[in-house]
Amino acid sequence: MNWRRLKDLLASRITFFMTCFPIVLLFLIGFILYLKGKPLLEIKSIKDILFSSSWHPSNMEFGLGSFILGTLWVVTIAVIIAVPLSVLTAVYISEFAPKKLKEFSKPLIDLLAGISPVVYGLWGIIVVVPIIRDYMIPFFNDKFPFFPFRSENFTGFSVLAGGIVLAVMIFPIIISIVEEVMSSVPFEMREASLALGATKWETVKYVVIRKAFPGIIAGVILGLSRAFGETMAVLMVSGCALNHIPESIFDPAYPLPALIANTYGEMMSVPLYDSAILFSAFILLIVTAIFNVIGWSILLRLERKG
Amino acid sequence: MRRRVEEKIFKFLMIISLIFVFGSLLLILATVFLKGLSSLSLNILLKTPKGGYYLGREGGILNAILGSLVLGISSTFLSFLLSLPIAFYLNNFLKRGSNFALFVRFSLDVLWGIPSIVYGAFGFTIMVLIGLKTSLLAGIITVSFLILPIMARSMDEVLKMIPSELKEASYALGANKIETSIKVVMRQAFPGILTAVIVSFGRGIGDAASVLFTAGFTDNLPTSLFKPVATLPLAIFFQISTPFPEVQKRGYASAFILTLIVLLISIISRILSKRFSRYRVR
Repeated sequence: MNWRRLKDLLASRITFFMTCFPIVLLFLIGFILYLKGKPLLEIKSIKDILFSSSWHPSNMEFGLGSFILGTLWVVTIAVIIAVPLSVLTAVYISEFAPKKLKEFSKPLIDLLAGISPVVYGLWGIIVVVPIIRDYMIPFFNDKFPFFPFRSENFTGFSVLAGGIVLAVMIFPIIISIVEEVMSSVPFEMREASLALGATKWETVKYVVIRKAFPGIIAGVILGLSRAFGETMAVLMVSGCALNHIPESIFDPAYPLPALIANTYGEMMSVPLYDSAILFSAFILLIVTAIFNVIGWSILLRLERKG
Repeated sequence: MRRRVEEKIFKFLMIISLIFVFGSLLLILATVFLKGLSSLSLNILLKTPKGGYYLGREGGILNAILGSLVLGISSTFLSFLLSLPIAFYLNNFLKRGSNFALFVRFSLDVLWGIPSIVYGAFGFTIMVLIGLKTSLLAGIITVSFLILPIMARSMDEVLKMIPSELKEASYALGANKIETSIKVVMRQAFPGILTAVIVSFGRGIGDAASVLFTAGFTDNLPTSLFKPVATLPLAIFFQISTPFPEVQKRGYASAFILTLIVLLISIISRILSKRFSRYRVR
């Protein structure tokens, strides 16, 4: 066997092992976090951990309920704001925008995706929180003093602030996926529809959006997953009040990722505390992994069909 | 008539959404640049914080700037060492439509979606297991895990676009796979690979949740692999929450520098990808 062939064989073996690494890493992350969270599972039932809202580590009470609800509130607000705005924007960019705008928008969307989460949080503190505190809370307290607007919290650091910041953060994910899926709808289909006398909008509505619909769902799921795990920006603007379940969009929320980030310093001092925190990380991992598997499977199937 | 009205209404809604989306981007940039420029001075850029980053009112953010650069560059390098072979293996060594490649790509996509706080918690657990304290080294390893899927997957997409005729021509001349990968494909894909590298660098340098547990924070310049290191995102996070305007200024300045880096990266990658498409064999 000559040197060149040996080199090729060696390279293919080594690169093969390196290629296995992502799979190993994925399972390793899951395994280690599960292993670390297990001591908690041995003394508490899953039901207790997920649905009890009493978080008193010094009394060995580790109910994650209020954090999970906090996450759900913030993510729901973010999705309500982000989905219509980003889907409409993506439809416009892909179907109606002049070529100049189309070329101009892509780098801007990429830029939006590249900005650090902490900078989003900073923007939330400087711009979003004061607007909510000075304008929205007085207005809603005056005009709509009922669920889900009634609140005793007047600081502005709230579910809504977290939701708005998160919404802006997931714009680029949803827009870029939806735009890509819509652009891959074959041009002939549009022409066929136009030739039958449909207007441009009817073509978009009945042909392009219908064909791209699974892709739109996938984009929303992947955006949702990002919102679910986003930590720093939400931590900075949503108030983080312990043992408090939000009942209004102006109440403070304490999402699950923020709990992990905030309690790392004290983690080691109480037994089972770190187990509870790492179990929260395990929950985050499982939920985002499931969302991602669903989202990417849809996109993969679309790609294969198209 | 109704058809036209509906089209008008939806077009109006779309343009409103577009204005909202790009408006928020511009608002973020404007906020960061206005606040940042007014807090920026040579003192802030060239000094480390005096009397503690949280309370000390003098000094600057040199610790965080240098720390972020060292951490970002090292983890990008580490991640590059893994990503490039992975992308080559997926595209040049495996057959098209191989199930193994599908599985690896899928794992990378899932890894991409895992929140950075989970990487932070994972890195922290590993550190405790092997007895490493919060340090530059722990930060580098964690961040390189975080950006591995981004870099590997972007390189993979670049290599996918290399026409197979090019590779076949090289094989026909008697070159084997590794020679073709390095001497032909690598050269052709170089601007694309570079883009993948700097975009991943941007992600790595901007992330806070993963370094919070692992790299820690310090007032000092990065001198050792085994000591904590300051980073720009954490400099923003810690210093913005103080009651002192002088300290908050350091936070604004850090946000300005970080956003400037991201902006530069996005411009450079734009230029590179134009170049990539110009040299593409059709």
